[in-house]
Amino acid sequence: MIRTKDIFKSFDEKEVLKGITTEFYKGKTNLIIGRSGAGKTVLLKLLVGLLQPTSGEVWYDDTNFFSLNKKEVRAIRMQVGMLFQASALFDSMTVEENIRFPLDMFTNMTYKEKRKQVDSCLERVSLSGVNDSFPSEISGGMQKRVGIARAIVLNPRYLFCDEPNSGLDPKTSIVIDELILDITKEKNITTVINTHDMNSVMEIGENIILLYQGEIAWRGHRGEVLESDNEILQDFIFASPFLQRLRESALGK
Amino acid sequence: MFLKNILYHFGRYVMMLGTAISRPEKVSMYYKETMRQMNDIGIGSLFIVGLIAIFIGAVTAVQFSYQLDGTLVPVYYIGYVVRDMTIIELAPTFTCLVLAGKVGSNIASEIGGMRQKEHIDAMEIMGVNTAAYLIMPKVIAALVVIPMLVAVGAFISIIGGYLASVPTGVMADADYIKGLRSFFDPFNVTMMFIKAVVFAFILTTVSCYQGYHVRGGSIELGQASTNAVVFSDILILVADYLLAVILTS
Ligand SMILES: Nc1ncnc2c1ncn2[C@@H]1O[C@H](COP(=O)(O)OP(=O)(O)OP(=O)(O)O)[C@@H](O)[C@H]1O
Ligand SMILES: [Mg+2]
Repeated sequence: MIRTKDIFKSFDEKEVLKGITTEFYKGKTNLIIGRSGAGKTVLLKLLVGLLQPTSGEVWYDDTNFFSLNKKEVRAIRMQVGMLFQASALFDSMTVEENIRFPLDMFTNMTYKEKRKQVDSCLERVSLSGVNDSFPSEISGGMQKRVGIARAIVLNPRYLFCDEPNSGLDPKTSIVIDELILDITKEKNITTVINTHDMNSVMEIGENIILLYQGEIAWRGHRGEVLESDNEILQDFIFASPFLQRLRESALGK
Repeated sequence: MFLKNILYHFGRYVMMLGTAISRPEKVSMYYKETMRQMNDIGIGSLFIVGLIAIFIGAVTAVQFSYQLDGTLVPVYYIGYVVRDMTIIELAPTFTCLVLAGKVGSNIASEIGGMRQKEHIDAMEIMGVNTAAYLIMPKVIAALVVIPMLVAVGAFISIIGGYLASVPTGVMADADYIKGLRSFFDPFNVTMMFIKAVVFAFILTTVSCYQGYHVRGGSIELGQASTNAVVFSDILILVADYLLAVILTS
């Protein structure tokens, strides 16, 4: 489980996060939702220490993350997998080398064992047989899946995904969402996902926080979305007139 | 303001090097990367270093013989002057200034590109000490290979001097060789290697620093790569002066 306590973050004059206190549960897909620019990426980067908060705390189970020294931070990070918004695959390495990189760096496995582990991760994301392609040679959706494979190759306890389905068609998005959900259940890990995709919210939103103007405007799970009368939430999820009519008919209005 | 800026960058530079000096997560990965860098820096620069060296030697010989014209200084001094000029000053300084342009800009844009494409963040998340993994192999490779390049450069310069003076009839083959063998002080070679090591350290670490802390987009990346060359060059020249004062006093 990961907890944040009263996180504030500003860049120069600009306040992006104003007091975020929340929990991300183990074995669940925890969603951070909000409009573009709401501060989702900033919050995610704070959770993993790529950014420092102006004030506030992040706890990994019983460990206060920002009180750790560099070595201890690295020890925590060995248990963290992250999928970046733009995938961040190493573009001069092949798919296999990308996924193998954490194994090369941190394990003493033989080449054969690593190869087996890479193949099983690739299979896990339904991408067998692209081992020798370069990231530039595969599609965006495939890159995301390679990113996921790389993130889970060391069997992390915490998985962070920054917009895993931005730029993908709805069908592929759902495949990726389900993949992340399955992995979360299978390995019983704490997964935090940034998204502004309403399908994801409805499909995999087990614990949702909605960021709005730097604060948490709503929290709940997917079952509560439809019924909620929180205007900011409704405005965000059912953004178009079409979706609003859909909601009304679903509610039997 | 200017001073504050210098102190800010110097502090960040020292901190980066502090983080970079640590036990490798996996020696074999660092070893592999070091070998790759040695190949890139060493073999990759051999041609340009050789080309420059041969002209440095040739020009030194031609110009010195022009200066000697009509004086009482014996002609074999040309060999002596070419040897010492290149060993003490021209080979290390010229080679490293050129390498700052070639290797330095390359390092800055490679690391800077990785920073901008979030590759460095991705490695950090895995638990890699990126300052160490990205910087240490480059510095070690440069410290090993650049002195070798400088030595090769000095040797080729001396051949350049020979080619410019013997076949053209300025002096006899035996005179040039006599010059090369006169007044030899082995400390000059030590001085050459000290300079080469110091310059190599400057040009790799400054370039790594520029790349590692790049922000923004392709314009900033271009600037980082230019800054890597400009600041390496300035610092190499300053260090050259300081070393000259220290080592010859
Ligand atoms: N390094 C930075 N320096 C200054 N401002 C920043 C920086 N990073 C983010 N911001 C600001 O913080 C705000 C939140 O950005 P963030 O990237 O978290 O948005 P987001 O919710 O992830 O949006 P999107 O859905 O488009 O990815 C933005 O207004 C952005 O301008
Ligand atoms: Mg974002």
